[in-house]
Amino acid sequence: MSQVFESIFSTGFFFSVIRVATPLILASMGAVITSNAGITNIGIEGVMLVSALTGVFASAYGFGPWFGLLISIITGVLCSLAIGYVSMSLKADSALTCIAFNTMAVGGTVYFMYAVVKDKGTTIALNSGKLPSLEIPLIKDIPVLGEILSNHNVVSYMALVMIFVVYVLLYKTPLGLRIRSAGKAPNALSSVGVSFLKTRYIALGISGVLGGMAGAFMSMGYVTWFSKNMTAGRGFIALAADAMGNSTPLGAALSAMLFAIAEALSYALQITTISPELVQMLPYAVTILGLIIYSVKKSSSDKKKREQLAKN
Amino acid sequence: MRKVTKMSVNRFNTWFEVLRFLIAIFIAFAISFIIMSFSTDSPFAAIGNLFIGPLTSVRRFSTVLEMMIPLTFAGLAVNVMFKANQFNLSAEGAFFMGALISAILAIYMPGQAKLVLIIAIIAAGIVGSLVCAIPGALKIKWNCSEMVVSLMLNYVMLYFGTYIFNQVARDPNSAYKASYKFRTGVGLSNIIPKTRLHSGIFIMIAFVILTYIFMYKTKWGYKLRMTGSNIHFAKCAGIGVSGVIMSSQLIGGFIAGVGGSVEMLGMYTRFQWSALPGYGFDGVILNIIAKENPAFIPVAAFFVAYLRIGADYMYKQSDVAAEIVSIIEGLVIVLVAATAFLAKFRHRMTTKVSKNMLEAGGAKE
Repeated sequence: MSQVFESIFSTGFFFSVIRVATPLILASMGAVITSNAGITNIGIEGVMLVSALTGVFASAYGFGPWFGLLISIITGVLCSLAIGYVSMSLKADSALTCIAFNTMAVGGTVYFMYAVVKDKGTTIALNSGKLPSLEIPLIKDIPVLGEILSNHNVVSYMALVMIFVVYVLLYKTPLGLRIRSAGKAPNALSSVGVSFLKTRYIALGISGVLGGMAGAFMSMGYVTWFSKNMTAGRGFIALAADAMGNSTPLGAALSAMLFAIAEALSYALQITTISPELVQMLPYAVTILGLIIYSVKKSSSDKKKREQLAKN
Repeated sequence: MRKVTKMSVNRFNTWFEVLRFLIAIFIAFAISFIIMSFSTDSPFAAIGNLFIGPLTSVRRFSTVLEMMIPLTFAGLAVNVMFKANQFNLSAEGAFFMGALISAILAIYMPGQAKLVLIIAIIAAGIVGSLVCAIPGALKIKWNCSEMVVSLMLNYVMLYFGTYIFNQVARDPNSAYKASYKFRTGVGLSNIIPKTRLHSGIFIMIAFVILTYIFMYKTKWGYKLRMTGSNIHFAKCAGIGVSGVIMSSQLIGGFIAGVGGSVEMLGMYTRFQWSALPGYGFDGVILNIIAKENPAFIPVAAFFVAYLRIGADYMYKQSDVAAEIVSIIEGLVIVLVAATAFLAKFRHRMTTKVSKNMLEAGGAKE
């Protein structure tokens, strides 16, 4: 048992929490933007997967990891807009569109991976490189904190910055107001002459940027290759984080951190005698529990509100 | 006179839907063909193999039917859950758990083999019901998003199931991760020699018929459809919507669980799944192709299975990865689900047909 505590209360553990949290935070920020615009974007899972692959290709055959990151982001935007085009302009059900897109992403990435590297599992054979890690001056010299916070991948720091950026975007800019109205009161938006469709397209585009970054981190930061279905439901977890965080950037980021802790815990506990499957189950079970707690709270507060209204 | 007009427009609509579907398939293949021509020198040979692959031998054609069985079960399960307007994707987890439970019973349960078989299938159905009931219950009680919960639940079931498998059924002497062998005689019998096609196909046919009757010929099914299409109206009509939604999730889960057990007891002699089988999402795909009509689901399942087996054959013959098939499937779904696709054409044609009918009717008068 002491072994367990040692592995959990170590700087290495908290370091890995941030590492594991990076794609979840980025993807959940994407989910926050779209859900504020009134879209449940399950497609973010596929967006991450596709951009992880294009990033690796661009990095290996182009100009290195930074170029890969750029291509990942562009891919993310294009994929998101394609989802938007089908669900909004071609009027297909958005959940079905996303499921179709995810299906295509899982198979399509394998197809193209095989076409390029003749391997259906991973792209290890490609020397695609890694985005650099950053040492933060000053912070790296603080004893414990430095070890936890410094020397992370550059995308991890971007993820933390993105929480702030998304917050400002949603609550302090005209565009944010439009995005939120597109979700809450689309008619009000049209009545002041702002195109509802265009706003949703923009929201999807931004979520594509974030999803693309998350994908790039998966294949050029977390590990240095692309492997089949490597996102493994992280996009879905991001959706859960968004739901639990009530579609606020900070709430979603905190929920994403919670899931990251559960995931990091599952890695840390693998050295113990506890069954690995039960530990692997943890992040998903915690997600469901979190959703339940959030929904119970929400439904009781809704009830109170209704009672208050009835009294008045 | 007016009745004639209406019927003709209806007939036009059916005809149009079929046409639209064919055009969607054509476009999907055309795009995939273009993609394939980038990665192979002989795309014509590749796509030819994709089309004729399943027809090249009895063995291959029977694989299509074998694959069609679990797909149909998945499609029916999702159909019943979706009809109540619940986007519950936990058929995936229910399939996995159903297969596992039936495998465990097939290994350990004493008694007459046929009886064990029946009990194993029913037990799998019950377990499937329990799995799919979770997102439904959470939705009804606290309004949790059934979609997100079910997505997470599938992974929970995968790892929980693997844990049970390792604790209870895993054969330590097996070279790969597999359970002990099922008892002899506990398994769905083979119906065509030299293939793996098993009598589960009859169970499948029975379930298709039962689901259709349930959905369109019973009061219960009517309540379910009404709740799904307009919950407020259903409430006003005095239907206990919570109960209806819950029962639809239980039935859907039951079908998925039975599907898992039929697949396991028909195709395998040991439990050896280490990942989610993917049937939950396949079920959604089938429902889009079949326009959510249970009677068409086996047809859609046949179509999808044919494509996948064809793609496998293509991979072996032409070195084009079989995964191209998921791009074809995705494109077909997108185009079929896209209501605006060809909508202008439809509008123009509908107007024309109605006008013609009116004029024809007018001339008679």
